[in-house]
Amino acid sequence: MEKATYKKPKSLAEKEFSYCPGCHHGIIHRLVAEVIDELEIQGKTLMVAPVGCSVFAYEFFDVDGTVAPHGRAPAVATGMKRAMPERMVFTYQGDGDLAAIGTAEIIHAANRGEKITTIFVNNAIYGMTGGQMAPTTLLGMKTTTSPYGRKAETEGFPIHVSELLKETAGIVYLERVSVSSPQEVIKAKAAIKKAFIAQKKGLGFSLVEVLSTCPTNWGLDPVESINWLNENMKKEYPIGVFVDKVGDIK
Amino acid sequence: MAERIMVKGNEAMAEAAVRAGCRLYFGYPITPQSEFTEYMARRMPEVDGVFLQSESEVAAVNMVYGAACTGHRVMTSTSSPGFSLMQEGVSYIAGAMLPAVFVNVVRGGPGLGDIQPAQSDYFQSTKGGGHGDYHLIVLAPGSIQEAVDLMETAFRLADNYRVPVMMLADGMLGQMMEPVVFPEYVKLDGINDHSSWALRGTDGREPHKVTSFDIDPVRLEEMNTETHKVYEEIRSKEIRFETHDLEDADYILVGYGTMGRILGSVVKMARKQGIKVGLFRPISLWPFPYDELKKAAKGKRFCTVVEMSTGQMVEDVRLSVEGALPVHFYGRTGGMVPTPDEVFKELVRLIG
Amino acid sequence: MSEHLLVAAGFGGQGVMLIGQILATAGMFDNKHTTWLPSYGPEMRGGTANCTVVVSDEPIASPITNTPNELIIMNIPSLIKFEKEIQSDGLMVINTSVVDRDTIRDDISIIKVDANAIAEKLGNLKVANMVVLGAYLKKTGAVTLEGVKRALEKKLTGSKATLIDLNIKAIEEGMKSVT
Repeated sequence: MEKATYKKPKSLAEKEFSYCPGCHHGIIHRLVAEVIDELEIQGKTLMVAPVGCSVFAYEFFDVDGTVAPHGRAPAVATGMKRAMPERMVFTYQGDGDLAAIGTAEIIHAANRGEKITTIFVNNAIYGMTGGQMAPTTLLGMKTTTSPYGRKAETEGFPIHVSELLKETAGIVYLERVSVSSPQEVIKAKAAIKKAFIAQKKGLGFSLVEVLSTCPTNWGLDPVESINWLNENMKKEYPIGVFVDKVGDIK
Repeated sequence: MAERIMVKGNEAMAEAAVRAGCRLYFGYPITPQSEFTEYMARRMPEVDGVFLQSESEVAAVNMVYGAACTGHRVMTSTSSPGFSLMQEGVSYIAGAMLPAVFVNVVRGGPGLGDIQPAQSDYFQSTKGGGHGDYHLIVLAPGSIQEAVDLMETAFRLADNYRVPVMMLADGMLGQMMEPVVFPEYVKLDGINDHSSWALRGTDGREPHKVTSFDIDPVRLEEMNTETHKVYEEIRSKEIRFETHDLEDADYILVGYGTMGRILGSVVKMARKQGIKVGLFRPISLWPFPYDELKKAAKGKRFCTVVEMSTGQMVEDVRLSVEGALPVHFYGRTGGMVPTPDEVFKELVRLIG
Repeated sequence: MSEHLLVAAGFGGQGVMLIGQILATAGMFDNKHTTWLPSYGPEMRGGTANCTVVVSDEPIASPITNTPNELIIMNIPSLIKFEKEIQSDGLMVINTSVVDRDTIRDDISIIKVDANAIAEKLGNLKVANMVVLGAYLKKTGAVTLEGVKRALEKKLTGSKATLIDLNIKAIEEGMKSVT
């Protein structure tokens, strides 16, 4: 009998992703879905999609879901979780959504130790609206709203979300990962799984920041994008575990 | 007979919400409604409910959105500047057709304004406020007892139509005390069964999706058209108003909320002096009782609208009477409340 | 009078809000219609505070008035602010321990109570407000003493319950002070 080595996770819907070639959202979606399958929580999970490229994420997962106003996903998820404390609730947010317009909501959800999980996808640019500067855009990086390259003097510095959040007492799991190589994909999945387990155990707030590419708006092909991410983004945003109060999981 | 209790408006409305089965409250302190938030902080733990003081009104309304997605009775309360901050979420809640109740204890504006009673949020409440084609059902109680009685109605309307409902109060109603009889606790068995659409986890069924969003304009138009069919039904079934001494009246006063109540004293003063004045008090501001007011105003000499604003509801009154009689306006703004005496003087002046 | 339109006014901390609440709550226990409307906001803290109480045999339309028929005046700024507004033939109760001047009005009834002195004799200056309330009740009979007692029991609970007797005593002394 043949053994299936690759199949669609149950928690992903029968829908084609709308993401650009080389974009990492597809990989990250799949990892989240695999984790939901493995933890056997598909039937009890609620998701909150953001505004941005992943606004359609609520359609790509076979779980109950909604779309929050821009940046407000952690507040929407808070309302859901408080109403249904036995359910698993996660938000999926990009860097414009979480680190610009939604800064207050993410900090306070984390600080309250809200028992939800956030998947934070950082590609250093606004994708959906066409390549504008994000709060995470690197210095010198050209975007449609920093056409001469981001300057600290006028546009400020790239914001380090995980470094900021690690100081909030309510956060129990926080890791920055990348999915730019098979090994890193495996590590990223382990991080996402641990974040969901943190919630399942009722320990507090968990977040995984995933460094991601945006070939379309970076003006690079998919392979060049991965190289650029490895050479530049990882310098600005070093990967690693920032908070782990979950301990060993079996 | 049930016990009469002397209670502040803000606290009475909060207790009424608890008795209406609301077990989820998200809010942010703001004068003159803070007693509402404080009451819920004390009361919700007693009934195994949820109280959460959010980091802002923006967060509060989105917590309401999230909780409303699960189909449970949920509310927030605020005052004018706070409700302005909530408009984004209100628009999403209306667009997603979610049941939720808002209380706005209106204060003087615009901007930071002041903390005294006002009615200057009429446009914001009844004509949109946030972006897009939507309405809230807006109820304007004239007394604390009426506010208490309307609270369950507000939740029921929200559940029946899947439309957000606004209780439009003001600083006077929030801060004053009068004796109130509370209703019994509502038994929710089934009356807010939202299992056909609510987000509660699939447990094997097909996933539910709740959004105010469709990228395809053809489908979004269909969605909005469906919503507006619901609004039409509400317009035909949910008009609420009260009248006093209208039958033989030569003149008609129109006011809502506490102003409508104060006008009751003006009617008494005028009648004592032989001036035949009647009162029309809209209770549902959306849907507005256009036809009912038109009928009530028939054959009267003129109509005077009194508001704690520079003139907002007066526009709907003019639409109602369609030019059949003169419509005058008297208002105070910035937190000033027209007293019965000054309104009476204005009435006498207008009669000439 | 079937309708009492009272404004009670004084410094924050003199307990004018409590006068109003006790009166309105007592009215409720007497099965009357009643409202209590506070001035609220910054002036509650340190400045002058006032509340409007309506006690009536009929349902109350307006809880607000700019022509009260009764005043309780606990300080000079309140006297200056409200003496112009009271109706002719109205009643003004003045705490003369604090207000050491006369009103400009000669068309109203005036009751003067040395409330602080009476309260001090009772051992607690804080009940001066109840002394004034007693004087007011003696003159107007707006609500019954029984209603007031029940209102005090509702308002003063827990550790404050021990103060009920003192408050009632203060009201009775206030009543006695009116001859």
